[in-house]
Amino acid sequence: MARRWVAARRHLAWAAVVAAPLVFLAVFFAWPLATVLARGLAGTGTGAAWEVLTSPGVPESIATTVVLAGLGTLGSVALGLPAAWALYRLRWRGQVAARAIVAVPFVLPTVVVAAAFGALFARHGLLGFAGLDQSVAAIVCALVFFNVSVVTRVVGSAWASLDPGAQLAARTLGASRSRAFRTVTLPAIAPALGAAAAVVLLFCSTSFGIVLVLGGTRVRTIETEIYLQVNQFLDLHAAAVLAVLQLVFVGAALALASWARRGRDRVANGRELDGSREARRGDRPWITATLATLGALIVLPGIALVERSLRVEGGGHSLANYAALVDPPARSVLPVTVAQAALNSVVTALIAAVIAAALTVAVSAATVRGPRWTRWIDAVAMGPLGVSAVVIGLGMLLTLNRNVAGVDLRTSWALVPLAQAIIALPLAVRILVPATRAIDPRLRAAAASLGASPWRAWRTIDARLLRGPVALAAGFAFAIAMGEFGATAFVARPDRPTLPLAIARLLSRPGAENVGMGFAAAVLLALVTAAVMLATERLRTRVRADV
Amino acid sequence: MSVVARGLLVASLTVTYPGRPPITAVDDVSLEVATGEIVALLGPSGCGKSSLLGAIVGIVDPAAGRISFDDSDITGTPIHQRGFGLVFQDGQLFPHLTVAGNIAYGIAALPKPARAERVAELLELVGLEGLDTRKVTELSGGQRQRVALARSLAPRPRLLCLDEPLSSLDAELRTRLADDLREVITASGTTALLVTHDPQEAERIAGRTLRMAAGRIA
Repeated sequence: MARRWVAARRHLAWAAVVAAPLVFLAVFFAWPLATVLARGLAGTGTGAAWEVLTSPGVPESIATTVVLAGLGTLGSVALGLPAAWALYRLRWRGQVAARAIVAVPFVLPTVVVAAAFGALFARHGLLGFAGLDQSVAAIVCALVFFNVSVVTRVVGSAWASLDPGAQLAARTLGASRSRAFRTVTLPAIAPALGAAAAVVLLFCSTSFGIVLVLGGTRVRTIETEIYLQVNQFLDLHAAAVLAVLQLVFVGAALALASWARRGRDRVANGRELDGSREARRGDRPWITATLATLGALIVLPGIALVERSLRVEGGGHSLANYAALVDPPARSVLPVTVAQAALNSVVTALIAAVIAAALTVAVSAATVRGPRWTRWIDAVAMGPLGVSAVVIGLGMLLTLNRNVAGVDLRTSWALVPLAQAIIALPLAVRILVPATRAIDPRLRAAAASLGASPWRAWRTIDARLLRGPVALAAGFAFAIAMGEFGATAFVARPDRPTLPLAIARLLSRPGAENVGMGFAAAVLLALVTAAVMLATERLRTRVRADV
Repeated sequence: MSVVARGLLVASLTVTYPGRPPITAVDDVSLEVATGEIVALLGPSGCGKSSLLGAIVGIVDPAAGRISFDDSDITGTPIHQRGFGLVFQDGQLFPHLTVAGNIAYGIAALPKPARAERVAELLELVGLEGLDTRKVTELSGGQRQRVALARSLAPRPRLLCLDEPLSSLDAELRTRLADDLREVITASGTTALLVTHDPQEAERIAGRTLRMAAGRIA
């Protein structure tokens, strides 16, 4: 009897732990998503959905989505492969710094990346002569800039641990350098390459902020079309139909990713070894060419962005655009100062980070320590990753513009941090679950044998040891929330924009003054995000030392 | 019932692990440890001795059987209410606490002066005087096991369980520590159950040895 009572109490306790993230995800993720599906699929029989899909501009936007995702992925792989070889397979002085620089773009907010490439390709920009302003090519460049680090890191670490023996054997059998690469090396790194490409495909098909800002009125994807339907035509049904289409698209990319990852796990099961080698004289031209291309891709937009942010009307350079960030802009463009928008961002991102971190702690505990029936919570919490932020934002707009538990969400800004917490949750979970798993369960047994109740054991052992990882997860969540654009664009109130929204709006309206301010604000956002990421990365190395 | 009213009584205990077919690690085992006794459970690895110890301490749920102490049934009592100490093979010291913090963990309910006194007493008992503020990550293997022993003894457990407490140490240290271990346990008047695969260790420490093979006590 006593045993059954103890077991029942344990299950009850875990049910309470799981309830918080579950209810949160149900209300702010599953319900909105279900609403989008219901609204989008309603009336299929009457051909209403078909009407939306064939209406002017929509077929083009579908084609553009596919083309952008395909070219972005192709470009990232084409540049990432030699970069993986130069930065991971070979060893040379300054390599660590080069790796760090290549990793930078990935943590930048999409709006900042878009602003940088916009500055680069604008008529008076560094590469203005190419005539690529508001073109597919410019967006592809930005997508490659954003994603090349994924390919470099994933393929690079697989390549670095590859036994060089097989390739040497092929060479002794008479294979040329290129044939040895094609027939021996490439098949060995193919699973990693496939996995990286699938992830990049996912990111490229959900790059709403980049397309909206860089594409202007000329380049449209399914996501920007959804935004247009909501914001300009107020056609929520059409938006929902397109959102379902976007869901299918991302679902296909995800299926591809999991299929590719299966192959990668098989390879990863092999023994780990260091297959990197010292760079030789003959490698130099190749390293130089790779680094020059990477450098141009990564450094030029940054220079263009900073230069543009300093340029003022009349052609001179000054800090006037930065000074203007605290002045109220023309009322029609932005109802508040950029400084106020930045403050809004910091406040909402802080709330989002706290929510995400708290939920992540519960999710990790239930995933790692809970009874069997709570362990799938981990997979549930990863759900938002499989849905475009735009679709999440649209779903929240459709469902939560009403009273929920006495709070009128329509007139409050509460939806913004909630949406950002949903977007940040998967990454926070990916950081904290392994950290929780790394704590030896026998430490808790030791605490219990010394008389500690489960609650005291958690408080004095788990909570203490997880302090670093939780801060790390919260830091990442904060950075993501700071830069979040897709979902925020749908749920933010017009009179309370966040910094990314303010940047997008300033850049989209003509008028040299606005645009200059937009670029200055983009630099500000980049600096804030970079500072948070740097601080968090330092934390990560400290955490590693602890475990 | 049993002739031993005081001490540990295990009756027809069975531990199984899920699988196809389920694996029976402990098969209908009964044993007794009288108060003040040191009993060794000796057997090769995989014979089920650690599972048996786990069930007694409360880490492992038994499939059948009964565990009682001083004539009260504790089969369903959660681990932290059993009042049994446990020393792991690799110590499992809390990495974020000092030596003193580890030892004091189980006596948090005591007032501060009494707690400090008890910690000092135990440090002396295991021969680690003056190391109280040391980080546990800076200790040698032998010192770590001494701290683990002191930590388990601090709350004065009714029964001290030791799971291969010396097998992560090198041979010379093992012999020396085995003698120390017996002295410390005897000096503190603790009832103890030791699991080991080393017959010499069992003989050095325990007053009585039970041999275990294939989930049963021979």
